[in-house]
Amino acid sequence: MKKLLSIFAVAAFAFSANAGTLDDVKNRGFLKCGVTTGLAGFAAPDDSGEWAGLDADMCRAVAVAVFGDRSKVEFITTTGKSRFPTLASGEVDMLARNTTWTISRDVNLGFEFVGVNFYDGQGFMVPSALGVSSATELDGATVCIQTGTTTELNLADFFRLNGISYEALPIETNDEGKENLFAGRCDVYTTDASGLSSTRAAASNPDKWKVLPEIISKEPLGPLVRHGDHQWGDVVRWSLNAMIIAEELGVTSENVDAQMSSNVPEVLRLLGVEGNYGEMLELSNDWAYQIIKQIGNYSESYEANVGPDTPLEIARGLNALWTQGGILYAPPFR
Amino acid sequence: MRSNLGFFSDEKFRSIFFQTLVVGLFALGLFFVISTTSYNLEKRNIATGWSFLQNPAGFDISFSPFLEFKSTDTHLKVYFVGVLNTLLVSVTGCIAATILGFILGIVRLSSNWLLSRLVYIYVEFSRNVPLLLQIILWYSILIQLPRVKQSLQVLDVFYISNRGLYSPRPIFESGFSYVLIAIVLALISSFLINRWAKKRQDKTGQQFPVFSSSIGLIFIVPLILFFILGSPMSFEHPEMKGFNFKGGLVIRPEFIAMFLALSIYTAAFISEIVRAGIMSVSKGQREASAAIGLKQTWIMRLIIIPQALRVIVPPLTSQYLNLTKNSSLGIAVGYADLVHGFGGISLNQTGQAIECMAIVMATYLSISLTISFFMNIYNRSIQFKEK
Repeated sequence: MKKLLSIFAVAAFAFSANAGTLDDVKNRGFLKCGVTTGLAGFAAPDDSGEWAGLDADMCRAVAVAVFGDRSKVEFITTTGKSRFPTLASGEVDMLARNTTWTISRDVNLGFEFVGVNFYDGQGFMVPSALGVSSATELDGATVCIQTGTTTELNLADFFRLNGISYEALPIETNDEGKENLFAGRCDVYTTDASGLSSTRAAASNPDKWKVLPEIISKEPLGPLVRHGDHQWGDVVRWSLNAMIIAEELGVTSENVDAQMSSNVPEVLRLLGVEGNYGEMLELSNDWAYQIIKQIGNYSESYEANVGPDTPLEIARGLNALWTQGGILYAPPFR
Repeated sequence: MRSNLGFFSDEKFRSIFFQTLVVGLFALGLFFVISTTSYNLEKRNIATGWSFLQNPAGFDISFSPFLEFKSTDTHLKVYFVGVLNTLLVSVTGCIAATILGFILGIVRLSSNWLLSRLVYIYVEFSRNVPLLLQIILWYSILIQLPRVKQSLQVLDVFYISNRGLYSPRPIFESGFSYVLIAIVLALISSFLINRWAKKRQDKTGQQFPVFSSSIGLIFIVPLILFFILGSPMSFEHPEMKGFNFKGGLVIRPEFIAMFLALSIYTAAFISEIVRAGIMSVSKGQREASAAIGLKQTWIMRLIIIPQALRVIVPPLTSQYLNLTKNSSLGIAVGYADLVHGFGGISLNQTGQAIECMAIVMATYLSISLTISFFMNIYNRSIQFKEK
C-alpha cells in the first residue's frame, strides 16, 4: 500500500507542473501574468489595445528580466474571486492584481507576497449631490462592495466600530460597481482609494463624484507567487526592487546607457557591469539594465500610469521613496 | 484454442469479470483523484479541514429575509442563509412557473389564432435565449427604475425604486393567533367536507357545493373572527429616512430579476409539457364525454386533465430540478444564494475551495433528491390504478 501510494505521489508530482516556475516560463517562451479585468492606471488595455498600468508594468518587468523582451507576456484577467484559484492551479505564474498582502493570504492560502508596489488604503466615493462629507455620516446607506476582498471585511469592521448600519450590495467587478453606483442602486462605492480615483476618472463627469476623506484601512498591494518556489519568488521580488533601487539611484530609462560608466558602485552592480547578480538569479547579467531600459524605474512607471499628470491624479504620498517622506524602501543591491 | 476461452464463453463468468473490472477501474480512478488532490494541497501548503465553518465570517449579507445575519456570525450561518435564499427563489419560482406554464399551455391549444400565436412566440423566445442573458436583462431593466429619492408611489403605500419594492409590513398583535387557528381548522374541515362529499356522490349521486362552502370556511369565518377580536393587526409603513426607506417590507431587485427570469424561462418549457400532455389524451375521450352531456369545464377537469397529468408530471419534475439548479446563476446579479454567499464569498475569504464546493454540491444534490422524492410520490398517486 505504501509503495502504491508513493507511486501515485510521483505520478501526481509529474502532473503538477510547478516544479520550477522559472524553468517552466523559460520553456514556454512567455510569462503568464494574472491582472484585473480592467482598472485604469493599474492594468487596463490602452487606446491601442496594449495592457498598460502599474501592475501591467510589473508583469512586463518580470518578462524583461527573464527574456529581455517586454512583449513576452500574456495577460490573463482575473476577478477578485478567481485570482487565487487561478494562481494556485498554475494557470498563471504570478499575480500583479491590486492584491492586499494579509497574513491569511500569505500563510493559509499558500502564497508568497514578494513586495509592495503600491501602498493603498480603503476609501469611499459618493455622488457630490448626496451632501455627505464624512464616512461616519453614512448610517443606513447602501454600499457597493466587491465580494471576496479585504475591503469587504474592513467595511463590516468600520460600520460595526462606529455603531452605524449599512446595506451591502455585493458586486463582482469594478465595472459592476461603477454601473450600480452611477445608476443609484447604491449610495456609496468602497474599494481601495486608488481604485476609486480610477473609477472617478472613468466617469463622464468626474466632478459629480467625491472621494470621502476617511481612509479606513492599510492596503499594501503587491505581486504574489505560489509559496515554496523561492527561486521564482526571488526573480519577481528583485524585478520590483530593481525598479525602486533605480529610482533611488537616479537611473532612468533615458540615462541608463550613460550610467553604465557611472562611478557609483551600486549603480554598476545594478546594471550588471560589476558582480554576477544575474547569474545568482539564473537570469542574464543585464536583466536589471533591460528592465530600466524597457520599462523605466518605479517613478517613471508611477508618473506615467497613476501620477498627478494622469487622469487618476494620485500624489506620491506614501508611495514616495523613504528618502522623500514616503515608505517605499528596497533592500540594498549587493 | 477453444479450451483457453472456456471461461470466457461462460456468460456468468464474463459478466462478473467485466463488472469487477469496471468497479475496479472506477475505484482506482477515484483513489488517484483523491491522492493527487491531497498531495497537491499539501505541497502548496493549503490548509484543509472543516474548522473554518466555526470562524466568524467578517462580512455582511444584507439579503437575509429569514435569519438575522451579522458580520460576527460564522461561515456556517452564511451557509444557512444561502440555503434559505436558494429555497426562497426556487420555491416561489416553481409555483409561478407552474401556474404560468399551465395557463400558457392551455391557451396555446385555444382555437383563438392570435392568442395561440402569441404564446408560441413567447415560448420560442424565452426557451431559446440563454437564461443568464434573461436574468441580466431583467436586472438591467429594474436598475433603470427611478432612484430611491424619486420613488414611484403606488396607492399611497407602495414605493417602487431601483432599490426594490417597498410595501407596508403587517404586524400581528396578540389575538391574531386565534385567527390563524381558525384558518387551520377551516382548512382541515374543508378537506374533510371534500372527502365526505365525494363519498356521498359515489353512493347517491347527490352533489354538494364543496368549493363555495370551503371558500366560506377558509376566508369568511376567520375574517369575521378577525373583526370580532378588534382587528389585531397593524401595518408598519416604510418611511424615507436618510439614504433609504426604513421599516416596511422590501423585495429587492436582485430577487425580482431572478424570480421573473427563472419563472418565465421555465414556464415556457412547462407550457410545452402541458400542451403535450393534453394532446396525448385522444380526441375520442373528449367527444365521448361531450356525448354524455358533460359541460366543457367538466370535461377538462374530470376527463382530460387527470389523464394528461400522467404524461405531464414526470417531465414537470425535471423542470423543477432545472429551475432549482438554475437559481445558482443568482451570482450574476448579486443575489445572495448558496453559490454566491457560501460557495463564493466564504470560499474566497477562507480559501477552503474544496470543502466549500463539496458542501454546496451535496446541498444541491439533497434538494434535488428531495424534490424528486415528493414528485415521485405525487406521480404514483395520479397514475392509473388497475383494479
